[in-house]
This record gives sequence, C-alpha cells and structure tokens, in this order.
Amino acid sequence: MATTDIKLGAPTVIADDVHIHYKTFASGKAAQNSRNLMRRQRGVRIVRAVRGVSFVVREGESIGVIGHNGSGKSTLMRAIAGLQSPAQGTIYASSRPALLGVNAALLGELSGEKNVILGSLALGHSMAEAQETYEEIVDFSGLGEFIDMPMKTYSSGMSARLRFSIAVSRDHRILLVDEALAVGDKDFKAKSEKRIRDLRERAGTVFLVSHSMSSIRDTCNRVLWIDHGELKMDGDPDEVIAAYQAHK
Amino acid sequence: MTDTDLARLARESGLERVGARPPLGEYLSSVWKRRAFIYMMARYRVQASVEENRLGLGWIVLKPILNALIYGLIFGVIMPSDTRPENFIAFLVAGVFVFEYFSKAFGMGSRAIVGDAALVRSLNFPRMLLPVSLITRHVIEMVPMMLVLGIILLIVGEPITWWWLMSIPVLAVMTMFNLGVALVVARLTVHLRDVSQIIPMITRLFFYASGIFYSLEAVIDDPRLLKLAQLNPVHDFISLIRGYMVSGNPINSFMWTVAIVSAVVMLVFGIWFFWKAEERYGHD
Repeated sequence: MATTDIKLGAPTVIADDVHIHYKTFASGKAAQNSRNLMRRQRGVRIVRAVRGVSFVVREGESIGVIGHNGSGKSTLMRAIAGLQSPAQGTIYASSRPALLGVNAALLGELSGEKNVILGSLALGHSMAEAQETYEEIVDFSGLGEFIDMPMKTYSSGMSARLRFSIAVSRDHRILLVDEALAVGDKDFKAKSEKRIRDLRERAGTVFLVSHSMSSIRDTCNRVLWIDHGELKMDGDPDEVIAAYQAHK
Repeated sequence: MTDTDLARLARESGLERVGARPPLGEYLSSVWKRRAFIYMMARYRVQASVEENRLGLGWIVLKPILNALIYGLIFGVIMPSDTRPENFIAFLVAGVFVFEYFSKAFGMGSRAIVGDAALVRSLNFPRMLLPVSLITRHVIEMVPMMLVLGIILLIVGEPITWWWLMSIPVLAVMTMFNLGVALVVARLTVHLRDVSQIIPMITRLFFYASGIFYSLEAVIDDPRLLKLAQLNPVHDFISLIRGYMVSGNPINSFMWTVAIVSAVVMLVFGIWFFWKAEERYGHD
C-alpha cells in the first residue's frame, strides 16, 4: 500500500487489520449500510461490512474516504470513533476521535439549543464551557430563530449544519466528517470547507467521507478508496479519484 | 506492513485502543464528571413532556390518580369487604403512587439505551448517563406526586404527622433499587429486544403480588407463602410508605431490612452488569 507524505507528524490513527461484522436478522435494520456480502447462518445474517482494513494516519493529514454506497465507509468511520467495536483487529488513536454523521439526530423532541448544550455536556465539558461555545455554534450554524424549535422539525440540511457546527466548535485532534458537506447549501459548504482546512492546519487529523469528488479534492491531501469492505487504494487524491472514476 | 508492526507502532507512538472500556472506578468517575448532563437531560425531558400535552405536568399526577380510581372502583366493589384494609382509599392511593415510581423505572429503563439510539450512535460518552438521567427525571417527577399524595391523604382524613417525612429516606432507598433495576433492564434490552415486550407482563405480576389493593397479611394464610410474598422489595417499599403516612399500617424491621439489602444488592449488581457491556451499546 502506498502512503504519500511520510514526512508528516506522528501517527494519530492506526487501523490494524480491522474487520467489522453486523449480526442481524433477515429483515433487520443493521443491513442498511452494507447490502453486500450477506451470509446466512441459522436465520441470522452476518454482514461483513469491513474486511481487513489497515492504515496509518499521521498528524496534519486530511483523509478523504470514497467508495460506492454500502462499501463500508460509514461503518469504518463509526469504528474509528469507537461507536462500533471491530470483530477482529484493532483501531488505535492518539485521542478520542469525534464523529459527525448525517443520519444521527440527537434528541428529536428537544430544541436545537438544548441539543447543543447536551451534546457538549455529554462530551465531558462543564456547563460553563457549554454555554461559552453555545453562541459560537449557533452563529456558525446560521440557524437563527430555528434554534428554539425541536430538532425533529428540522430539515435534513438544517440538522446536518447544526451537528457540523457542534462538532467543529472545539479543536478536535481527530475529526471524522461523514458526508456532512453534501447537505448544506452553497454558503455553508464554503464555510465548512474552510473550517476543515483550519482544523487541519492546527495539526489535527480530519477524515472526510463524501461522494462529492470536488469537496474531497479541495480539502484532502490523501484518499482512501473502500470497495466492498476492503481498502482498494490509498494515496494521492488525484490518482485515487481518477482510478475510482475509471472503475465506475 | 504486518499486523505486529502496526501494533508496535501504535504502542511506540503512545496511541490507545479506541472504544476500550475503562476500569470501573475510572468509568464511574467519568459519569460523575458529567453530572451536569444527567441533570440537564432529566430536566429537558420533563420540560418536553410538559410542553407536549395540554395538561403538561398534570399528567404526571393525573395518571396514577386515574389508575387508583379505576382500581378503587373495581376492587372496592368486587372484593369482599373483610379483605379490604381500613381506610381503603388512602391505602390504595399510597400503594398505586409508590408502585408507579417502580413501574416507570422498570418500563422506561428498558428503553434507556435503545430509545436514544441516535444519541448513542453519534456521540461517545459513558452510556450509564442515560439510565441515571432517566432515574433523575423520575426523582424530579416524584416531587409533585408526593405533594399530591399528601393532599389526597389529608382529604380522606389522614392526620398529618412528622412521620410523613420518613417517606424521604424510604424513597431514597427505593431510588437506589430503581436505578439498579433500570441499569439491568437497559442492558438486557440491548441484547434482546424481546425484553421490552415481556416487561409489561412482569410489571402486572408485580402489581398483583405487591398488595396494592389488598393487604397481603389479610389474604395469605400460609405463613411460609406470606414470608415469600414479603420478600418482594416492591411490597416492602409500599408498606414502609404506608406505615409512615397511612394510619393502621404497622412497620417492622423486616421491611427495612429487605428494602435496604435489596436496594444495595440491586444497585451494585446493576452498575457492574451495565458497565460490563459498555462497548456493546449502540452497535446494532
């Protein structure tokens, strides 16, 4: 496997032969992300979403993750964030990675404001810290008066913007962004891409899962191509994207 | 690169395994550190439930009152009056209110993790926050319930005494028990969704076995069977509250023993049992 910039900083994330399986019933919902590779086993299906992925990511890199729907990209991100434990293999990280996904609403019946506070407190910040960053988050999200409404009333773009704003409100050493940029409108997209570049410059590590090749080219300096749960290619963005598009 | 190389590189660079379950002491201290979350979430949830319904907070107390009314009508009419305890209304209402406190923890505890799956899947935090926050919410809701219970008891002619204050330690011990129960069922439901289907039935079994609309002592003749029925902690919590708040219900030390021992055992077991599966929550 090819690694581009070896001159970069110390390793921040290491995936060591990671396999992730879902166990689900035939019509279960866990199949959502991985329609490939289902194997029947006494009424229970084992979905092998990620199969033997290894890589080393160093400080200052921002990694684009590409692949077709259901290739295991999001599952891999969830595993890096520690929200899903690998069936085999291990993921190491220098600090706790923060995942920012599109599908996850926080608490739908509560307002955006309360979600901001609770999200911040759950991550271990004090009440004072939570209130301190609150304004900044709301400003960045550009939600205005909608911040007082229950999150279940938000459009998918609005709630993605709010979640993105919560996640980038602090300097995470490792930030995982799952297709969030695809949802915001044009202004927000430009704003969030700038923010990701800022984070990267402050020696953080950013993973960006996206189907938008232009976002990946603009923000990433290395790309992982995940295909059917395996790492198909790892390297320079232009090369990998060209190969990926040729493959399609 | 071989696997051992990567593992060595991780060790040499000081990286830690992602999602590893911390030791119990460290885990509990990280829960304690987030106590602001526990309280705020409980408060927001109470507020949300208040805002959703026209009657708001009223439902928290109205529901057990209506329940008590239904049971009072049914059992007050059907049951032979010699098994009916004295001051039946006070006896029944106290029983229903205290039982409601348990059944909420038992029923909603089973949804504590699976019901907030979106939160569990998107943020990394000690999962124990969710059941603890749920029980905190019930504690908040218990305050108006106890006030209403007091008012009802006064209306039906119970004298108000200093002994009523003893309901606070009783409910504190019961809260420990409830938290232990909620922690256990929260984990069980994650492994097996079917648990939440069977909980209403177990709740009903407890309801009939805990002597809410009848007195166990007046109905059960066999002394061994009576002892067994009195070992049910829910019965003892109800008896203690009645003992301190409703006249004609003596308290014995056996009730306190069962209450305290069951609460401590349940809480310690619940914490350990829930913590053991920390890495599994939200993984389906």
